[in-house]
Amino acid sequence: MARIGVFVCHCGENISATVDCGKVAETIGKLKHVAYSTDYKYMCSDPGQTIIKDAIKEHNLTGVVVSACSPRMHEPTFRKACAEGGLNPFLCEMANLREHCSWVHEKNDLTTEKAIDIVRSQVEKVKLNSALQPIKVPVTRTALVIGGGIAGIQSALDIANCGHKVVMVERSPSIGGHMSQLSETFPTLDCSQCILTPRMVEVAQHPNITLYTYAEIESVEGFIGNFKVKIRKKAKSLDEKICTGCGLCTTKCPQKKIPNEFEQGMGMRPAIYIPFPQAVPNRPVIDREHCTYYIKGKCKVCEIVCPTKAIRFDQPDEILELEIGAIVVSTGFDIKHADFFPEYGYGKYKDIIDGLQFERLASASGPTTGAILRPSDGQVPKNIVFIACAGSRDPAKGIAYCSKICCMYTAKHAMLYKHKVHEGKAHVFYMDIRSGGKNYDEFVRRAIEEDHVNYIRGRVSTIYERDGKLIVKGVDTLLGAQPVEIVADMVVLATAGIASSGAEELAQKLHVSYDSHKFFAEAHPKLKPVETNTAGIFLAGACQNPKDIPDTVSQASGAAVKVAALFSQSELTREPLVAAVNRSGPPMYSTCVGCFLCQSVCPYQAIEREDFKTRDGKIIKTVAKINEGLCQGCGTCVALCRSKSIDLQGYSNNQVYAEVVALLNEY
Amino acid sequence: MKFGIYPGCSLTGSARDYNESVFALAEAFGLEFTQVPDWNCCGATAAHNLNKELSLALPARILALAEKNGLEEIIVPCAACYSRLVVTRHELKKDPELKNRISEVIEMDYRGTSKILNVIEWIDKYITPKLDEKLVKPFNYKVACYYGCLLVRPNKVLGYDRAEDPQTMDIVMRKIGAETIDYPSKTECCGAGLSISRTDIVSKLSGKIIEDAEHRGADAIIVACPMCHSNLDMRRPDINKYWKTDFKIPVLFVTQAIGLAIGLSPEKVGLKRHFVEVKIS
Repeated sequence: MARIGVFVCHCGENISATVDCGKVAETIGKLKHVAYSTDYKYMCSDPGQTIIKDAIKEHNLTGVVVSACSPRMHEPTFRKACAEGGLNPFLCEMANLREHCSWVHEKNDLTTEKAIDIVRSQVEKVKLNSALQPIKVPVTRTALVIGGGIAGIQSALDIANCGHKVVMVERSPSIGGHMSQLSETFPTLDCSQCILTPRMVEVAQHPNITLYTYAEIESVEGFIGNFKVKIRKKAKSLDEKICTGCGLCTTKCPQKKIPNEFEQGMGMRPAIYIPFPQAVPNRPVIDREHCTYYIKGKCKVCEIVCPTKAIRFDQPDEILELEIGAIVVSTGFDIKHADFFPEYGYGKYKDIIDGLQFERLASASGPTTGAILRPSDGQVPKNIVFIACAGSRDPAKGIAYCSKICCMYTAKHAMLYKHKVHEGKAHVFYMDIRSGGKNYDEFVRRAIEEDHVNYIRGRVSTIYERDGKLIVKGVDTLLGAQPVEIVADMVVLATAGIASSGAEELAQKLHVSYDSHKFFAEAHPKLKPVETNTAGIFLAGACQNPKDIPDTVSQASGAAVKVAALFSQSELTREPLVAAVNRSGPPMYSTCVGCFLCQSVCPYQAIEREDFKTRDGKIIKTVAKINEGLCQGCGTCVALCRSKSIDLQGYSNNQVYAEVVALLNEY
Repeated sequence: MKFGIYPGCSLTGSARDYNESVFALAEAFGLEFTQVPDWNCCGATAAHNLNKELSLALPARILALAEKNGLEEIIVPCAACYSRLVVTRHELKKDPELKNRISEVIEMDYRGTSKILNVIEWIDKYITPKLDEKLVKPFNYKVACYYGCLLVRPNKVLGYDRAEDPQTMDIVMRKIGAETIDYPSKTECCGAGLSISRTDIVSKLSGKIIEDAEHRGADAIIVACPMCHSNLDMRRPDINKYWKTDFKIPVLFVTQAIGLAIGLSPEKVGLKRHFVEVKIS
């Protein structure tokens, strides 16, 4: 005979503001098989959990329904409390009175009625629950880090230093990411490359890290602790073991007119190239899309000049299959380019550049070796305008969010310009200055007060060219909305940070969620900012949203700790909410008839065959069997099974019918 | 197919030159118009500043009349009329309740089935395909195409061309041999209806557009809106007085330029009606 305990939570006022919790507890308490029913302000708190534990013992409960928030929030909390009270944790169910009722309805009797109905349905379900045991699965102690920017580098080093193996995959020919393109960094103006390149080298030399550059993720299967990952190593068209990285091929390549990605298109590179002098690994790759040999079938100059004969024109892409325990996604971001802005000429003016292009201009390793020269004619700009929020915080442009880094790097850009061009004038158009962070606001004040950068609060409506100058028309909203017109030599747009190209595709391969801007989504905005909704996959850096370097590094270390914690166990426990094919004694063995329709629809290849044999080895019957390690509990096989031989543990057909019947019937 | 024309007030008054050139083009290309019978004012700038219902009812009546007379397409040469008609169709399409109310007000059934074409769309659809064979005198001039505000805005409602840097008129002009200049004043304000009440503002704003076009070496400004034309052409003495200049650049309707290129006489396309002398022929 079932003895169910029902615990109605007020969730502070989240539920009790619209639902009469006392009435819910009282009404449910009168139902058949409900042995105990009560309400409390915070059921998840320590005293709240104690109420549950005590009631289990006192009333000898056989099942518990906690009527509170979403199971996504606190199901683990309450199942643990039940276990501590001596009840199998899977005999605890949650009725979601917050998201499904109190938050979405007004305060009235109907709302309370609906709450009662929701609880009733769970009471009926929990009566049919059975005690389940967690599934144990082994852990492969190798982490995969996708993306070799500063986020990936930090995560990989932290995990590797904990003594675990790390595989790093980077799609471009070198690691380093956007940070390697930056000139100086705010708020200290220390050189970006100087602090980054030693770490890049450390990654390459670390005994626990295997680095695959020019490689991409082909597919990801499996689950936490047991991912199977296919990696496509794109053909670099040379033998890396023989190549010494002398670079002779890159100087002799006749094709030299390819826009250089590392220089943000402000310089050219050959078809066989090393992205930048400090690249890791410092070996060239052939860009087959632009290489004369691959286009016209002849050239092979690089092969002729190579002193070690390392060029391999016929090298195929290689597919690697790896066993991985945890994944850190650190694929970074891109920025909108100037051609996104019709009001600024759709990118047709050469001297309107974006922030990353300015970084390259200001960088000692850049196309001008650090001199601020305008792209059109190589002259030093005497008057320069910086526009913050170019695209960001602009719903009309489809980007409502703040890109976070632009206020700071714009101040830095203006400062760098003033340090290099003393007599020049720098103007910044801004909406607000968002300089939250250690020593950040001081940095902006320094730009304004010490370097005399002219900050104008207002937006720029249009920029056009006239007699070789750029006319910037804006407004100064602090001077009674006066129109401002600046005749500039160069304009720098702090364009919005956006998700990296291919982010959506990768998210789908990884089965992790992403937002409408294609940024990867965290499991909880406050309490699980590093986790994704898929167990064992973590986030680091700007692939989640635009971030500066300190935030990125902190999060990357956070992700590394999550991986290390996972790897500290020899096996993992998984919730046993998986499918099961029924079994019975001979001669039936199971109601399964062995049609294996389930096998053809299972998205996780979790259905195996099991033979029942006589003592002399003759097969009597072959039936389906679920691999509990692979099954994700999606229930597709249950829906398809023609003999109703499969059930989802914890969500059996009978349990769901009981819920529905309870909702349909009066009580 | 029958297609209609809605002339509005300006084409029968201040912009007779525009009207003449549209009809001259139609005749040359064997096209026939049916005027929307019993048409009324589109409401222009006045109605939608005073009374929303009125501002929708006036264009809705015009559209309902076109539907009633089986006009599947109507060409609306005036950019202001075009804007009012398209905005009305848009508003009534997204709000069926409003549509029913407006139908009651105008005491006619409005369905929104007639297609509304601005002059460039009409040229693209009916003139351009046969333009090559008729072209006898390529328009070998450097021109600044001026779009003004109403031809391309609001972009979300019209869904026509690019609001910040429109191209459709430039494309048409290049087809008749003109060189079009890239200049930033394409959609700057000419002063519009302030022509009457604050001529000084029109002089200032229109002057900037003319200066920009002249500075970049244009031989003519090409427009597709009677309001733009009158501000840039008729107000030229005021502009020159205001800026202490002597701008002589002529302002032509796009239809006049095409007319000249296919060999029509300046008189036929209404060039003699201009205030600023047009030496192009």
